[in-house]
Amino acid sequence: MSSESAPLLSLAGVNTHIGPYHILQGVDLVVPRGGLTMLLGRNGAGKTTTLRTVMGLWHASAGSVRFDGADITSWATPDIAQAGIAYVPENMGIFADLTVRENLLLAARSGPIDETRLRWIFSLFPALERFWSLAAGVLSGGQKQMLSIARAIIEPRKLFLIDEPTKGLAPAIIGNMIEAFRELKKTPDTTILVVEQNFLFAKSLGDAVAVMDNGRVVHSGTMAALAEDRGLQQRLLGLSLDQHQ
Amino acid sequence: MTAPAAPALSAPAQRRDIAPLLLVPLLALAALPLIGDVSTWVTLTVAGLAMGMIIFIIASGLTLVFGLMDVLNFGHGAFISVGAYTAAVLAPSLAGLMQTDSLALNIVALLALIALAMAVTGAIGFAFERIIIMPVYGQHLKQILVTVGGLIVAEQLIVAVFGPVQIALPLPTAFRGALVFGDIAIERYRLIAVVVGLVIFAAMLLILGRTRIGLLIRAGVENAEMVEALGYHIRRLFVGVFVAGSALAGLGGVMWGFYREALTPSMGMDVMVLVFIVVVIGGLGSVGGCFIGALLVAVTANYTGFLAPKLALGSNILLMALILLWRARGLYPVAKR
Repeated sequence: MSSESAPLLSLAGVNTHIGPYHILQGVDLVVPRGGLTMLLGRNGAGKTTTLRTVMGLWHASAGSVRFDGADITSWATPDIAQAGIAYVPENMGIFADLTVRENLLLAARSGPIDETRLRWIFSLFPALERFWSLAAGVLSGGQKQMLSIARAIIEPRKLFLIDEPTKGLAPAIIGNMIEAFRELKKTPDTTILVVEQNFLFAKSLGDAVAVMDNGRVVHSGTMAALAEDRGLQQRLLGLSLDQHQ
Repeated sequence: MTAPAAPALSAPAQRRDIAPLLLVPLLALAALPLIGDVSTWVTLTVAGLAMGMIIFIIASGLTLVFGLMDVLNFGHGAFISVGAYTAAVLAPSLAGLMQTDSLALNIVALLALIALAMAVTGAIGFAFERIIIMPVYGQHLKQILVTVGGLIVAEQLIVAVFGPVQIALPLPTAFRGALVFGDIAIERYRLIAVVVGLVIFAAMLLILGRTRIGLLIRAGVENAEMVEALGYHIRRLFVGVFVAGSALAGLGGVMWGFYREALTPSMGMDVMVLVFIVVVIGGLGSVGGCFIGALLVAVTANYTGFLAPKLALGSNILLMALILLWRARGLYPVAKR
């Protein structure tokens, strides 16, 4: 398999324990290069743990995590980030005492922020330009989410791991997020893995999908196929689109 | 990077929290009628500010060490003693600079002693972090045990080398005496301590506010995990902060030793009670809070020592209780994840 056709990220038989709890119980997940893969599942299925295991924030007790041809299973978190993975945690991980500018400056590891890219980010999230010099702690929930995503994309990365970007956001903000993700998808050599509970959001953006349950991936395929199969949605996610539309 | 100009649109409210800044001036004003005599009040206040600056120098490193890695380092007091004893050992070799009326030469001697003491305590701090702290990351009970153990071992090593009795650390000649303004006499060394404290505070503000390393430290104090997820090795940063904090404790030890002009093996342990009160009052991990907390603690100790000596011992505990009743996480709590 050529490096171009090989998946960017793959997890094979990954097990993760948190204290006495066995959370991931043999996760097999493939994230192809390019496009947006959605990781869905009920609460407690292991989605967040999967992202944190990829980032090395919790280490796998068994199995392997491969990224861009390298086995990163036992790598330290900063080394994984330096390899080209950006991470937006579920709680956004904003530095509340730092200004919007300082939050972005810190994320730009390679030096000063590229002005063109900053303008592009401001076009996605205009509020960030408006509140540039304010402490991030005073932003609204939606603005903090915008900042957390802006921080991830302030420099080009090979893979973006984004955990529940719509959590707690108003519908108008979610619409803004969808547009931002569409723009992000257009950038070359960009792969995105999003954990999401909002099926409509997932359906409108996802190219591929994986569904987790009880610490395992129980379904993989295209988002379009899952979106059309209500029976499968009901079986995998316990949801009915009628309740969401 | 060129910061884009912020358009004049509505922004979230962001109020400056100035209430803690008013505490020291209000306390000083409240003490004036109780003390009665202005010259005594000035003397006590300046002495309190000088002592507060020294405590700040010592406590600032500790608060960053705690904020950055949640490390409870009771061994910090050892660096105070080591710094002071280093100065005492080296001072005789600088007698020519110290025993002269030239203020400039005296300052050179003080700076040389400070630099050497900081180098020694910084180096010991590096070894202390690697050997004693690193194995107990994330284990608070073990941190208390091993760092208290480290403090006791350091104290006993000083006893073994220098004996249990106090030794003298005389002030350089030009630092002695007082500046007299009418009825008011202000000891010269106290002014020097205030200046050194302000310089250190300004340098820390500059580093924390204007440099990338400072940005990383501030971010790390808030959310170390996220700093790592952005691609920075927080533990390397922590080692640097620990070494700097140890060196600052060494500097504080030199200043404290000259302030008392006498050293005892337990001097580090003795001052740690005040240092911990300052760190808690200020807000764990907050340098600004630490600065105000140190001044509050020292000024309160001086006023109560004069007005009600029997209350002096408990006054700082009472102060801490009052502050925590007002602000449970300290004067300037750091926004922790």
